[in-house]
Formats: sequence, C-alpha cells, structure tokens
Amino acid sequence: MEIARAQSGRAVSQISPFVRYMRRNLPIFALMALGVIHIVMIQYMPMFGMVIAFKNYRFADGIFGSPWVGFDNFRFLFGSKIAFQITFNTVYMNFLFIVTGTISALTLAILLNEIYHHKLTQVYQVTLFLPFFVGAVILGYFSLALFRSDGFINTILKSLNMQPILFYMEPKYWRYILVGANLWSSIGFGTVLYLSGIIGINPEYYEAAEIDGANKLQQIFYVMIPMIRYLIVIQLLLAVGKIFTANFGLFYFVPQIYNNGQLLPVADVIDTFVFRAFRGGMSGQIVNLGMAAAAGFYQSVVGFILIVSANFLVKKISPENALF
Amino acid sequence: MAEKAMEMTLKTGYYGRQRGARLLIHLIVIGVALLMLFPFWLIISVSFTDNLDLARNGYQLIPKQISFAAYDYLFRVPQQLIKAYGVTIFVTFFGTSIGILTMSMLGYGMTRLVGKTRRVAVLFVLFPVLFSGGLIPFYLVMTQMYKLKDTITALVFPYLVSPFYVLLLRSYFAQLPQEIIEAAKMDGASEFRTFFQIIIPLSTPVLATIGLFTALGYWNDYWLALLFIAKSPYKPLQLLLFNMLNNVEVLTRTPEAAAQTAGILPPVEPLRMAMAVVAAGPGVIFSLALGRYFVRGITLGAISK
Repeated sequence: MEIARAQSGRAVSQISPFVRYMRRNLPIFALMALGVIHIVMIQYMPMFGMVIAFKNYRFADGIFGSPWVGFDNFRFLFGSKIAFQITFNTVYMNFLFIVTGTISALTLAILLNEIYHHKLTQVYQVTLFLPFFVGAVILGYFSLALFRSDGFINTILKSLNMQPILFYMEPKYWRYILVGANLWSSIGFGTVLYLSGIIGINPEYYEAAEIDGANKLQQIFYVMIPMIRYLIVIQLLLAVGKIFTANFGLFYFVPQIYNNGQLLPVADVIDTFVFRAFRGGMSGQIVNLGMAAAAGFYQSVVGFILIVSANFLVKKISPENALF
Repeated sequence: MAEKAMEMTLKTGYYGRQRGARLLIHLIVIGVALLMLFPFWLIISVSFTDNLDLARNGYQLIPKQISFAAYDYLFRVPQQLIKAYGVTIFVTFFGTSIGILTMSMLGYGMTRLVGKTRRVAVLFVLFPVLFSGGLIPFYLVMTQMYKLKDTITALVFPYLVSPFYVLLLRSYFAQLPQEIIEAAKMDGASEFRTFFQIIIPLSTPVLATIGLFTALGYWNDYWLALLFIAKSPYKPLQLLLFNMLNNVEVLTRTPEAAAQTAGILPPVEPLRMAMAVVAAGPGVIFSLALGRYFVRGITLGAISK
C-alpha cells in the first residue's frame, strides 16, 4: 500500500508539466492538426520564401541556393519610374473606388430603406448582388462587348454620326471606365451592408425628430447617418488599410492589359505588375524576377503596416468591430 | 394606439406618406437594376446575332438578324467545355467539403484551448490575414517544394483553409452555450465525438453560409489555374473562358473542331459570347436561387464579427 502510493507519487512527479499539458490537450490538437498544417504550408512557407527579394533568383539553384544580392532588387525597382507608376495607380484608383463606392452604396441603401417593405425590394437587392456571382473573367467579356472598335458604345456613336473611339488605345478614358466597372461589381455588397445597418435603427428616433419638426432630409442627415456612422467609418478604415492591394481581376481583365501595353500607364497596379513580370519570367523573357519579388515584398510590408494602423484606429473608435 | 401607429409605420415605410416620392425611388432603383442587367443582356444578344449582321452593324442590344449558328457550332465541339465543367465541378465539390470540415475543426479546436495556448493559436491564424508572402514566393513554394505544377491538387489545396473564415467560425463556436460541451464531456464523449455529434448539428446555418462562399470562390477562381495550369488537361471553366477571351481560336483550331465542323466557318464573335453564356450562365442562375443566403452571409462577415 505504502509502496504503491510512493510509486504513483513518483510517477506523477516524474511527468514533466509539458507532457501533462500535451496529454490533456492532445485530442484538441488532433482536431486542429489538418488546418494548422495547411496554414503552415500555404501561408507561412511563402513568407520564408520572401527572402528571394534579396537574392538573384536562378531556377537551377532554387530559393535557398540562389546568391544574395542585398538590396539590389529594391534599388533597381525604386530607381525605375515603374515603382512610382504602379504605386500611384494602386493607391489613387483604390481611393477613387472607396469614395465613389461609399457614396453610391450609401445613397442606394437610403433609397432602398424608404421602400424596404415593398415586395420588389427583395428583387432589387438580389439584382444589385448579381455581379458578385460572376467571376472576374466575365468582366473581360463585358469590356470587350462595350469597348471594342465595333462594340456597343461605338455602335451608338456611329448611329449618332460621331467618330468611333479606339478605347483600347486611349489611356485617358480608363480611369473612368475602371471606376464604373468597380462600382458595377461592388455596389451590391456595400448597399446590402449599409442597408442592414439602417434597418437596425429604432424608428422612434425618426419619430422624435419628426415631432421636433425635422423634414425627411434632415432626418437622414441628423438621425440616420449619425446612427450608422460607426459602420461607415469602420468600412472606410478597413478599405484604407487595404489601399495597397488592388483587385487583380478588375485591372487585368477589364483593360485587357494581358495583350495590350497601351493602357499600362493608367491600369498597371502593383498586383498586375508583379504578375506580368512573373509571367514574362516563366515564358523565358528577359525580365527581372528579382524586381517583381521586391515589388511584392514592398506591397506586403506596407500593406501590413497600413492594416495594423487602420485596426488600431478602429479599436479606438469601437473595440468590438476591430479585426483583432 | 401606439401599436397601431407602429404597424402603419412598418407597412408603409416610415417616410412613406408621399406616394410620388416612393414612385420616384422605385424608378431610380429600377434604373440602377437595369444598368446591372445591361452587360448580361448585351452578351446574350450578341451570342444570338448573325455573324454578317454583326460585321455590318456592330454590337447591338437587339440583333437585326437572329441566328443560332454560334450555339450550333459550340455544341459540335463540346469536348473542351465538358472537360472544363468536369474539372470545375470536381474542384468545387472536394474543395468545399474538405475545406469546410478542416476549417471548422480548427475553429472549434481554438475555442477549446485556454490561456496562453489559445492566444498563440489566434495569433497564428490571424497573422496570415494581415500579411502574405506574395505571389512569387507562393508560386515557388507550390511548384518547387510541393511539386504541384500542372496538377489538379494545385487547384484545390491552396484554398482549403481560409484563415479569415476560420476566425469567423471560431467566434460562432465560442458563443455556443458551453454547458452543452461540458455535459457531453461528463458523459464521456471525446473531443471528436462532441464536435461531430453536438457542435456540427448546432452550427448548420453558419457552416452552410461559409460553405456557399467557399464554393463560389472555387467556382469562379481563375487565379490558381492562371498560375499553375499551363499545359495539363486540368483546365477549369474560368481558365478556358480567359483563353477564349484572349484568343477565340482556342475553340476553333483544335483537331476535333476541324473534324466535326468541316466546311463550317466559325461565327467568331457570337461564338465567343455564346461561350461566355454557356460557361457562366448556369453558375449565375444557381447562385441567384441561393441569393438570400449570400445576403445573410455579408452581414455575418462584416457586422457580427
């Protein structure tokens, strides 16, 4: 009896806290294992691969065998005018998207709220949402159908006896076209989001305002918008946090820059630049894969700083809406 | 009295006293809705336009001469299209089912951890949401370390676990009543059994919503195929669509096409648009039928986070 207790006592003391901890949590870790392995393989391994931005990449030597070149790739990237062009295009276009997208989605949400209980409103919402269901590649088909030399817009111009426009040769139209394409494809998302915020407002607030003599517009500006301003501010901050990342599909398929260099001055963003350089490198063209890797590295780091700062601000305004 | 007023309010919309104003709103919204539908109408219309009519008059909203030649041609050489549908259906099915299982197991596991381990786990899943290695390292890891170039695995594997969805699932599981889990444990159920027999049945709405978004992501994805599928038979719909956009001869210059369409000149532009209609149409119609679940998903992701 004594011996048994002594033995078991020794057994307990011999098990290290780590083993005890593992034993208790093992079933949980087993449950999580597949997902954790996946995240390591797909998310974390490429982060280590980012060292190639500091290397002169050679296929034969692989990521870790290629020679180090320090900051040469970055010097090369920022020494060319391409770095400014792609950064400007990315940030400026995203800025235009945020402004136009927020204003239009808010306006539509306010309008839909006025007729929310009409049975057609459900149909409107799903229609606005339609672009969400089609892939980005289809946007390329829409672009072609509208802007080809014999496309729909030129058919209209012709019927008005006006000169046709060769859209794919003229960069000056494309900032507007891209803003339009972005609005078309994202407005449903924003509208549904803001509408769900507006619906949640207690109608008594409007009643109180009305008793105080507020007209409809005043009720919108002094009751409704202040009530959902958290939602707006948070969406804006998160969008600013992502301002360094472009919607690749929109910029690649709509101006068709995969086979057309004419529009690069306005439509080439960081994501498309990296992809085009990579694609060129794959098909044996003489391009600097290192420069593309440096651009990718620069985008990831600046993007990270922006999103962390945006989240910091969101947390100050409304902690429960922070990303982390 | 107050209740009656409330009822009226709900029925008519709060501001809804002026019919004229509401009619105007309907007209504006209908205008926007027509703008949303317009590009779809345009490509459907072009796909039914006679090739000569198109050459003479350009792209129109209503063809002067209707023709089914494009569809006739397309269905004479359906091999590539059928194969692409097969690949996309395979990828979407396996990606969504394996993915949703893996993500929810991870998300649930995270709620069962305590203290420091939990904080480490959250940080581990959160960090990739904020920071990514970027395209070129991702490509090199996938092709050189995992040797996945030109495999169907390359189209499924990378999207199985989305860290963002894992965090959404975790916060959903965390607000389930803990007493149920404790009770199951008292009765001797293992973590796995608790998860599969208690947690999963309680979570069907959130699993369905995230499953829908994952499936839509797989169905419409061109990115993985653009990166990893160069010359293999595993060309999904979106890549076939892109190749057609780039160069319509992808469809008309194959040996099968030559054999089965001997003597028929392909109606090139209508054919391209018919291809878009046949490739994207079923997916859009299917998604439309499930539209309201997507609408619910948005509010789940953006507000109740």
